[in-house]
Amino acid sequence: MSFLIALFWIAVAIAGALTAGWLFLKIAASVTRGGTARALRSAPVTAGFGMLVILLYILVALLAPVIAPYAEREVVGAQFLPWDSTHLLGTDNLGRDMFTRLVYGARNTVGIAFLTTALAFSIGSILGLLAATVGGWMDQVLSRIVDILMAIPSLIFSLLLLTIFGTSVVTLILVIATIDSTRVFRLARSVALNIVVMDYIEAAKLRGEGLWRLITREILPNALAPLVAEFGLRFCFVFLMISALSFLGVGIQPPTADWGSMVKDNAALITFGDVTPLLPAGAIALLTVAVNFVVDWMLHRASGLKE
Amino acid sequence: MADKTQKPVLLTMKDIRIEGRSDETWSEIIKGVDLTLHKGEVLGLIGESGAGKSTLGLAAMGFTRDGCRISGGTIDFDGIDLRSASESQRRGLRGKRIAYVAQSAAASFNPAHRLIDQYSEAPVQHGVMGRAEAERDAVELYRRMQLPNPGDIGFRYPHQVSGGQLQRAMTAMAMACRPDLIIFDEPTTALDVTTQIEVLAAIRDIVAQFDTAAIYITHDLAVVAQMADRIKVLLRGVEVEEADTRTMLSSPKEDYTKSLWAVRSLARPAQPAVRDAVPVVSVQGVTAGYGSTDVLKNVGFDIHKRRTVAVVGESGSGKSTTARVITGLLPPRQGRVLFDGQPLPADYRQRTRDQLRQAQMIYQMADTALNPKLRLRELIGRPAQMYLGLRGKALETRIKDLLTLIELEPAKYIDRLPSELSGGQKQRIGIARALAAEPKFIICDEVTSALDQLVAEGILKLLDRLQSEFDLAYMFITHDLATVKAIADEVVVMQNGRVVEQGEKDEMFHPPHDPYTELLLSSVPEMDPDWLTRLLEERAAKKA
Repeated sequence: MSFLIALFWIAVAIAGALTAGWLFLKIAASVTRGGTARALRSAPVTAGFGMLVILLYILVALLAPVIAPYAEREVVGAQFLPWDSTHLLGTDNLGRDMFTRLVYGARNTVGIAFLTTALAFSIGSILGLLAATVGGWMDQVLSRIVDILMAIPSLIFSLLLLTIFGTSVVTLILVIATIDSTRVFRLARSVALNIVVMDYIEAAKLRGEGLWRLITREILPNALAPLVAEFGLRFCFVFLMISALSFLGVGIQPPTADWGSMVKDNAALITFGDVTPLLPAGAIALLTVAVNFVVDWMLHRASGLKE
Repeated sequence: MADKTQKPVLLTMKDIRIEGRSDETWSEIIKGVDLTLHKGEVLGLIGESGAGKSTLGLAAMGFTRDGCRISGGTIDFDGIDLRSASESQRRGLRGKRIAYVAQSAAASFNPAHRLIDQYSEAPVQHGVMGRAEAERDAVELYRRMQLPNPGDIGFRYPHQVSGGQLQRAMTAMAMACRPDLIIFDEPTTALDVTTQIEVLAAIRDIVAQFDTAAIYITHDLAVVAQMADRIKVLLRGVEVEEADTRTMLSSPKEDYTKSLWAVRSLARPAQPAVRDAVPVVSVQGVTAGYGSTDVLKNVGFDIHKRRTVAVVGESGSGKSTTARVITGLLPPRQGRVLFDGQPLPADYRQRTRDQLRQAQMIYQMADTALNPKLRLRELIGRPAQMYLGLRGKALETRIKDLLTLIELEPAKYIDRLPSELSGGQKQRIGIARALAAEPKFIICDEVTSALDQLVAEGILKLLDRLQSEFDLAYMFITHDLATVKAIADEVVVMQNGRVVEQGEKDEMFHPPHDPYTELLLSSVPEMDPDWLTRLLEERAAKKA
């Protein structure tokens, strides 16, 4: 019986999510104009849901101090209090408000993941395009360095680097960005290799265009679609990696709120059949799914596929 | 030939309408065309690209491409209604009684299987013959298609035989079940003229031998004149006119057909030769190549102001490589290139901006030569901005002038993307981009070969006008001798990386010739329906 009830609630949740996505698309299409509106009107409902969720996360991250009832690091009661009206989701292992921590966690985890991905992309795509455009020894040197970095399992490699350089937010960002930029490099290089053989690149070279303009005006616009799609996917991986590292204790350091370490800190509650420690994990899962919905739609548009 | 219409009717298509879908709406591609084909008869289907030739040809098998549907009319193949027939019934006919030969054999063969395996597929599947029998039959047909080593050519993979042989192997494959009808979709368009002859002769013989009916789709009038008993002209999905070949060639009725015929006679008087002046471009004793092989061997010729030098030859003869040497993309091993009497640095990276500006290039495929993400404003404006330092208002004016020059309305086109233009318009943008640099010399690399005849004619006229307006020198790379006749002053014939013969156009089109030039010239199809027969007889006589 309880199984049927669970099934019912799952169905309700999916229906609700799809309706929300559909409504979001309708509203977004009516407030935007021109090409954007046309794109939104033809977008699938899943993409609408994904965009809605991403938007909510951004809002929560930006407005964290307004939304959260307590301060991020404030001890407000006894440890592991159950859900009630003063503490919406109870308290954690040190007596801090769980809901507050969850809201601030969005800011820290999502913010750091975004910064890291952006950095990984800047490094990876610029070097990748450079390697493909210049070719020769430049390509050889960069590609071999990337091969070496990629040969080491990323989680173990980042654990190693973080142990060596210490665990501050800046090192965390730099280490993960460096490791992830190798993946971006490979993609940017392979996409660009198909573009540099086109006649218009030859024409630009013969015109005497400099390297920078060649990369930014002639190659990058044509490589953008797969790179943007990769950005979405890469963001998820980085996000999961930060959470994983935090769970292992070398990521974002306490007392800063962060979803990965929140799961670890409150894991003891799972044994008592309480779902609270799983909420941060759920938040991670939801964002990952949402980003992937949007990326799927973008990939579809970029590849020009119909249906 | 006229007696073929007395034979029983094989295929009747009545009031055929086919729709294609784009952006969620259906629009008609074929707007009510009738077609009748008798047993053993060859019908030529001609028209520009987009006229619906291939769509109509495929519909004769009861088939449409993805995104298309037959919305009206009847297709009757030997008493079977193809529109109401079930899919399995139609599948039983295809390959067995109706076969299809595609334009690009190289792209249509599966590269992972040997030719003979692909040959045997249809007869074995349709249960016409067993595997061993099919292979014996393949050898017999390969022999009849005059393929070299018919006994073992089938055991090669598609990439191991030449383009012309592949096209013949494909025709043999279509013949495997001895179908009643074959649809040839531009089977020789991708081939050189010298190879085209062999394929045309082979196709014509085999169709006659087995008394097969055929629909021959092409945009080349001279080719269709050799192959077809009757010709049907299509324009934007509507039939323009239909008549038997001789009548059609000698007295076309409609204006559109006449204009198609007239394109082939485009010619301009040659510019007077300037012997004493310093040539704009002088290629001297150039030997160049990739890796350890020499693609060019001691190539040399001059190009003078206001003159067009056509470089002709088969694919692989080194025409485009010569262009790469002149532009500096491929530094030569020996020899040099002079510009206005001054030697040019061999590598384009060592040339000054002004040297780069003086020599411009127009590419064969405008699709890949224009950055698809840039608007025309930037595509054309960039060279003017870079070389001439134009900014703001002056640049805007210059872009508009250039658009006017290539006969495109500036206000309408300036902010378009290349994807919003037709093929001919794209090629015009390529021309405008070259002109924007205000060069003295332009290399035109097969600029018209990807275009329809009428569109190509427009481009050639435009190039001609621009030449006299701006005193340009052209190097015109082409394999199409009709184009040479239309635009060249001087001709350079290349074969295997050597210059075989060069001289004024008028001299070149008159004997005596180098044997290769002779072969090249005689292989260009003529509008005379007896041309192929006569040519083959002459060549046979010469051999004997």
